[in-house]
Amino acid sequence: MSKPSFFRRRKSCPFAGPNAPVIDYKDLKLLGRFVSERGKIVPSRITAVSAKKQRELSQAIKRARYLALMPYCDQ
Amino acid sequence: MPNYESVFIARQDISAAQVDGLTEAFEKVITDAGGSVAKRENWGLRTMAYKIKKNRKGHYVLLNFDAPAPALHEMERQMRINEDVLRYMTVRIEEFEEGPSAMMRNKDRDDRPRRSGDRDRERAPRRDAQSDSDAPAEAAESKDDAESKGDEA
Repeated sequence: MSKPSFFRRRKSCPFAGPNAPVIDYKDLKLLGRFVSERGKIVPSRITAVSAKKQRELSQAIKRARYLALMPYCDQ
Repeated sequence: MPNYESVFIARQDISAAQVDGLTEAFEKVITDAGGSVAKRENWGLRTMAYKIKKNRKGHYVLLNFDAPAPALHEMERQMRINEDVLRYMTVRIEEFEEGPSAMMRNKDRDDRPRRSGDRDRERAPRRDAQSDSDAPAEAAESKDDAESKGDEA
């Protein structure tokens, strides 16, 4: 009560753990969660994806974009 | 021989039978060169996220195969020549995926209307909720501070 605490619990990486989803450029439902409404890739500091998985994820999103499965830019 | 996964998009105004013919022609290139096709998946006519060569839709076909590199190069060369193929992409993969790919798995559930719209609406309030939960906590504490100050005075 003395000081306002700004501590926020660190979220863990959604791709960590034993039954984590596999990053795949064909899984549009999964990739859709990591892009903004404009279609930009959301930074990992917001989604809490680990650096290694973020690299994998961005590669997958770019592949999906090349195949016109996802937009490069929505409007 | 390495494992490859190839997806190509065919023009929207060719028939499904022509797509099959095209797929078989590409498969033949691979098998003739000593490769083998492990899986073939037709995703059907899909709306593309953006226009490619003035086409809004395209027939998507996925091929999983195991072939020597020259066979792949020959197949890609023919895809480039063929005007019905709008785009292709081949990636090398460590292991073939068992069963249908994520695309086919999700397709079954796509019968429900307007998935993407629902998800966007779901996501937008969640961000607000996060900032809201922070704001009242701070407000409450500052009120406490004010009260304690009042007591002192």
